Amino acid sequence: MSEQMTSPRVQVNLAGLTKADYRGNPSTLCQGCGHNSISSQIITACYELDLVPENVVKFSGIGCSSKSPTYFLNRSFGFNGLHGRMPSLATGALFADYTLKGIGVSGDGDSASIGMGQFKHVMRRNLRMVYIVENNGVYGLTKGQFSATADEGLMLKGHGTNPYLPIDIAWEALVGNATFVARSFAGDPKQVKELIKAALSHDGIAVLDIISPCVTFNNTDASLYSYSWGKEHEVALHELSFVPRFEEIMVEYEEGEIKEVTMHDGSKVILKKLEQDYDPKNRAEAMRILEEANAKHWLLTGLIYINTDQPSLLDIYNLTDTPLNRLKEAHLRPAPETIEKVNNLMF
Amino acid sequence: MTASHILEHPEQAPTHDLIVNDFSITVGTVNGSGSQTSNLTILRALFKMGVPVSGKNLFPSNIQGLPTWYTIRVSKQGFLARRDEHEIVVAMNPATFAKDLAEVWPGGAFLYADDIKLAINRTDVSVYPMPVKQLSRDSGAPTELRDYVANMVYVGVLTWLLGIDLDKVYQALNFHFKGKTKPIDLNFGVVQAAYNYASQNLTNNNPYRVEPMSATEGYIMADGNTAAALGSIYGGVQFAAWYPITPASSLAESLVEYLPILRRENSPDGKNTYAVIQAEDELAAIGMAVGAGWGGLRSMTSTSGPGLSLMAEYAGLAYFAEVPLVVWDVQRVGPSTGLPTRTAQGDLTFTHFMGHGDTQMVVLLPGSVSECFEFGWKAFDLAERLQTPVFVLSDLDFGMNQWMTTPFEYPDTPMDRGKVLWEEDLERLKGEWGRYRDVDGDGIPYRTLPGLRHPAAAYFTRGTGHDELARYSEDNQVWHDLLERLKFKYETARQYVPAPVLDQMENAKIGIIAFGSTLPAIEEARYQLNEKGIPTDFLRVRAVPFTAEVGEFIRQHRYTYVVEMNRDGQLNQLLILEYPQEATRLRSIAFTDGLPLTAQYVREAILAQEVD
Repeated sequence: MSEQMTSPRVQVNLAGLTKADYRGNPSTLCQGCGHNSISSQIITACYELDLVPENVVKFSGIGCSSKSPTYFLNRSFGFNGLHGRMPSLATGALFADYTLKGIGVSGDGDSASIGMGQFKHVMRRNLRMVYIVENNGVYGLTKGQFSATADEGLMLKGHGTNPYLPIDIAWEALVGNATFVARSFAGDPKQVKELIKAALSHDGIAVLDIISPCVTFNNTDASLYSYSWGKEHEVALHELSFVPRFEEIMVEYEEGEIKEVTMHDGSKVILKKLEQDYDPKNRAEAMRILEEANAKHWLLTGLIYINTDQPSLLDIYNLTDTPLNRLKEAHLRPAPETIEKVNNLMF
Repeated sequence: MTASHILEHPEQAPTHDLIVNDFSITVGTVNGSGSQTSNLTILRALFKMGVPVSGKNLFPSNIQGLPTWYTIRVSKQGFLARRDEHEIVVAMNPATFAKDLAEVWPGGAFLYADDIKLAINRTDVSVYPMPVKQLSRDSGAPTELRDYVANMVYVGVLTWLLGIDLDKVYQALNFHFKGKTKPIDLNFGVVQAAYNYASQNLTNNNPYRVEPMSATEGYIMADGNTAAALGSIYGGVQFAAWYPITPASSLAESLVEYLPILRRENSPDGKNTYAVIQAEDELAAIGMAVGAGWGGLRSMTSTSGPGLSLMAEYAGLAYFAEVPLVVWDVQRVGPSTGLPTRTAQGDLTFTHFMGHGDTQMVVLLPGSVSECFEFGWKAFDLAERLQTPVFVLSDLDFGMNQWMTTPFEYPDTPMDRGKVLWEEDLERLKGEWGRYRDVDGDGIPYRTLPGLRHPAAAYFTRGTGHDELARYSEDNQVWHDLLERLKFKYETARQYVPAPVLDQMENAKIGIIAFGSTLPAIEEARYQLNEKGIPTDFLRVRAVPFTAEVGEFIRQHRYTYVVEMNRDGQLNQLLILEYPQEATRLRSIAFTDGLPLTAQYVREAILAQEVD
């Protein structure tokens, strides 16, 4: 709906697009909301990956997080569906054209409470989609109730103390057989961006559990979902950078300093060793480190688990090379002479 | 099939004192014992003899061990509704022996497994003990199959008793076992042994007989779920998501069975042009179907009452966001879990109004198994033309029973893919378009599909308020206009939905309106009422919204009886809402007890009011 203007002075990427081509509408979320930071990292990641916006489809459920698909990629199709039901919607829609990349944005209420069933099942189906959970431990749009990821003992104004144990999104994804599980922190935009790029290159479900503080209802120093807590307690598994296909790795690393993960499309995720020597391909190790992080109250970030061997949902269905939504009647309606055969199959 | 059509066929003159081709057989067995094979064998053998026949499985919600009945109607006149009278009763289940015996029509025949040692206290029926245990032991069947072949004993005895053609029994078994010699021979061996035993040891003094006719020529036997699946395949279904539920499961399973057979040849590269997914629940099944419909696929889901309840949320979104999809509801008895294995027509108002706020859903009402096929493909045309969910209401009786029906007919119109803008259209429009703009004055906007490679193709779909350009809006005027356009679009739907089918009788003063699987009961009741001097006109409604003919029909009759299988008269309610000025002319005959409707009930209900 917009006429594209490109002046030679404006910087364009390999897709011939400016960063403005990836923008969305202005955010209507609160000033300082972690979700806005994530939206801008999605814009930058897509721009830097030279993605054509028309090749991306956005999905969301209901809640503050789920509003955010209107704040990025205006030239992409989007569907803001029902509370907790985004995974099913995305599953059906992505069958329409297998070349599309899906980006789903959900929240902790949307995925860990009302949508836990669909969240778990989209994991086991390994739908090729980036599944971002903007996780802040609280219901924002309905004014500050505890979510299922809120820490036990959390005190919120007007809502008392949370008596329940929390659900851990990354853990649930891992147990649910997700093939890409990462956790990040909206206050660490560089890592968020690199993880989004890696997730967009993953041929399967890529869960990004991003701690994204709610500045209005859950940002006190004592909350595990606050900026201050995150800044003090973030423990990164590695320093992560994404190298697209066809690009050379420019930085030189010392022997044993890095781990490389080659993605399905030939791109690479470079994991530079920090304190831990962490192997994200080891599922048991992933479970162990999540346990350790929970016990020690770390905000553990980075690529927790990746499995590039599992076929994605659409691979299983052996679909035509022509996207399904471009097939014509001649491809879809059996020929007239078949009707007799069908009637003969009956008694 | 109409009764008058069958009557045109010449029939053989009945033998004196014998009652030929006009009775019901009911078999009482234990479910899970394999009796369905035996029952279908009798049904199909009769069909192959050219005799109009129907079979209904009256079964429990259970895998093994509870009583189950199968009732077969044989009617030279082509009246195929269930009857409450049972002239021939077969008792294989000790638990229901006494009840089964009590229900034999006076003068009828009672067949029973002779290992059931219970008193037979009736002298007005002829009695035939069957050495079921003995014959199944003698069959040479492996021990684990003996209980299954045991049921073939009553097939053999009935074949002897009624004069069923043994060759046709063989043909029926050959079809059932897909030509596999081993099971055919084993089962047919038991049939023959039982036949021989009966002819040597029993005396046939029952008056009921079958004789060959040619009244089933040009018909097939099929169930509504298979028909719906096949119709959907001819409608080009590309995406189906479902969750197992009685009585709808076999619809989706038939898709899985027939899609590979029917759709490989015209695939551009031999790969699949469709996907069928078993979802985690009905919430997800319809969610997937909505996603696929939004993506431009011919998309469907199939379910029954409890599944529909879960689907209400996405159905409302699809209505509001204008997403095409087809929802098959194979109705069972509700409310709640209800009677999962019994039939009803109780979901009409729920589907029509499904969703909070103001919603009006398009509902199709097939009235035969071949119409299940026809509406299978038509529903996609309607959904895409109108950009809305289209519900198709079948029921358990259609879905899970074998019906004599006209052969499936190849679609007579090309696919209607509705208003879709492709890249070249967007070029021509210079990217100027609005997803929810009523350009043509029919309330139906244009849509684009994800995957279109044009910078102006995309729009954002939402369940919240939106303007013509699909932008978020809470503006009161915008909201009001949007709801009014949706209402107007529903008016447009009237010109696309299948018109009702009218069948008139001379001098009829009263009318009957009905839909769906009650058709055989109504046809028979009309015949009987006419015999008593009460001719009736009949309008079989095939869709909501109603078309002009419906109001016209009501106005033309002194009274119109609205017959349906539910408690509250749901079709009657919709008619009153649509034609409030005619409300006093409408008389509701609503009845539900889980069993398919009988002509007797319809006849008596109308007579009771006509006598007044």
